[in-house]
Amino acid sequence: MIQFRQLAKTFRRVRVLDGIDLDIGPGERVALIGSNGAGKTTLIRCLLGEYTHDGTVTLDGLDPRRNRTAVLGKIGFVPQLPPPLKMPVGQLIDFAAALCGAAPRRIADVARRLGLDIDAIATRQFVRLSGGMKQKLLIAIALGRDARVLVMDEPAANLDPEARKIFFDLLAERLTDATMMISSHRLDEVSALVNRVIEMDMGKIALDDKVADGVTLTSRLDCRIVLKRFEPAFAKALAGWHFTSSDDQLVWQGEVAGPDRLRFLGVVSRYTALVADLSLAERPQ
Amino acid sequence: MKQLWLTAKLDIVESLRARWFQIYTLVFGGIVALLFVFGLTESRVLGFIGLSRLLVTYIQLTMAILPIFVLITTVRSVAGDREAGVFEYLLSLPVSLAAWFWGKIIGRYIIIFTPVFLAMLGATLWASWQDIEVPWGMFGYYTALLAVMALCFLGIGMLLSAIARSTDVAQGAAFMVWLTLLLFLDLILLGVMIQGKVSPEVAITLALANPLQVFRTAALALFDPQLIVLGPSAYVILDLFGVSGYKIFALIYPAALGLLSATIGYVLFRRGDLP
Repeated sequence: MIQFRQLAKTFRRVRVLDGIDLDIGPGERVALIGSNGAGKTTLIRCLLGEYTHDGTVTLDGLDPRRNRTAVLGKIGFVPQLPPPLKMPVGQLIDFAAALCGAAPRRIADVARRLGLDIDAIATRQFVRLSGGMKQKLLIAIALGRDARVLVMDEPAANLDPEARKIFFDLLAERLTDATMMISSHRLDEVSALVNRVIEMDMGKIALDDKVADGVTLTSRLDCRIVLKRFEPAFAKALAGWHFTSSDDQLVWQGEVAGPDRLRFLGVVSRYTALVADLSLAERPQ
Repeated sequence: MKQLWLTAKLDIVESLRARWFQIYTLVFGGIVALLFVFGLTESRVLGFIGLSRLLVTYIQLTMAILPIFVLITTVRSVAGDREAGVFEYLLSLPVSLAAWFWGKIIGRYIIIFTPVFLAMLGATLWASWQDIEVPWGMFGYYTALLAVMALCFLGIGMLLSAIARSTDVAQGAAFMVWLTLLLFLDLILLGVMIQGKVSPEVAITLALANPLQVFRTAALALFDPQLIVLGPSAYVILDLFGVSGYKIFALIYPAALGLLSATIGYVLFRRGDLP
């Protein structure tokens, strides 16, 4: 489906991509990981037809540079940094929907599922939204149409746990009909979302591996944590995950999305000394 | 075609919310208001009186302000959008590069021409209301001249935006272009000619090639094509072309220059990295 052949890109004598050969098949969910400057964003921009390059990039045999509208019509893209657009939210949705041949209502529905009421913010400037709201809207624009390839750069970084759960559900709905490329600095952020990991370093592919992970995107874990003593910072962190506590605030219970388990444990690990008991049980599907 | 108009509309919506547009509108609306307040329609200078006096002053001021305003704001917003990641996102949507580039030009053209024209139209309507005689022929030609001036400098601005990779470089280049055009105005060419450093033919060619000088000559040629008003090379040019011929040249040449610059800008934009 997606093919990179001897892909190379140089910026002012610095070789950012160095002869990348890569095939991504239909239905694959690829984590593109690597440190800053590894070449992830450049690779994505080549796929989006935004950079000139040596070598070839094709999607279904089409060059994104020469067949922009045909190729980009199949790709839903979520950037890492939201663009500082001054236009109102409604206008942005209408613009994207008109170009992609999608219904604005469908985008608004996806946004609503993510907890964003489009009708309430339709006249607000995009640039004036909070980081999380911008991210939700860009995700809604990418998922609210029939894109066969989803290219996402740190898509869930600014989302609260509740929105992340819904985001995972939305991705799960697209598992059969979409190929995904999810870029991140850290594997633990995206490991549960993917079935293949590609690590980039200095413009080359350092690792290309399949992920044998039993985690399903829609799974839920029931979690119970018993604390030795009350700690306001930890209580605040758990409240952010929509956990509820006992009267003495020593026993906390809540639900964690399956793909978020690693991230959740990362939060808990900061307060390990406070934890007297911890259980995570996957709910039967 | 749909993509073109969508992009044009997008650029209009973005510009309407930008601070530069509010200042731009205020400047041109303010100029007309001030000209009325200072009673310019009552005074007579070099044969101009009434609304014609106001219009000729307005177009002279516009010629001084509009080029640098259009150049700087165009390169700032286009190169700035590229730097800020606007291009990365919007060009990931299925829009053709031709529709994007030319749509942006159309949108921006509407945005920069409308306030300048509306200010002049407002002055004319006010004059009609006050029973001041309106020189409609002059109004029509100045409208065309403003339209061409906006197109010329917008095209140059888009070319600079396509060449420069950062806002700072684009802004510096825009300023240099404007400064160079100012340096080759008729009155400065006169000094060089007097010193015998260039031949009159070279000075006239430079004046003909300089869109700022072309606008200046065309704006004044309608009224008092005297040496003292026009400057030497403009006087010779007018003598060669005739008033009608020069009026046509003053519309065709800058428009062609603007379109040519924009076309070169488009070719460079298409060939290079987009964000």
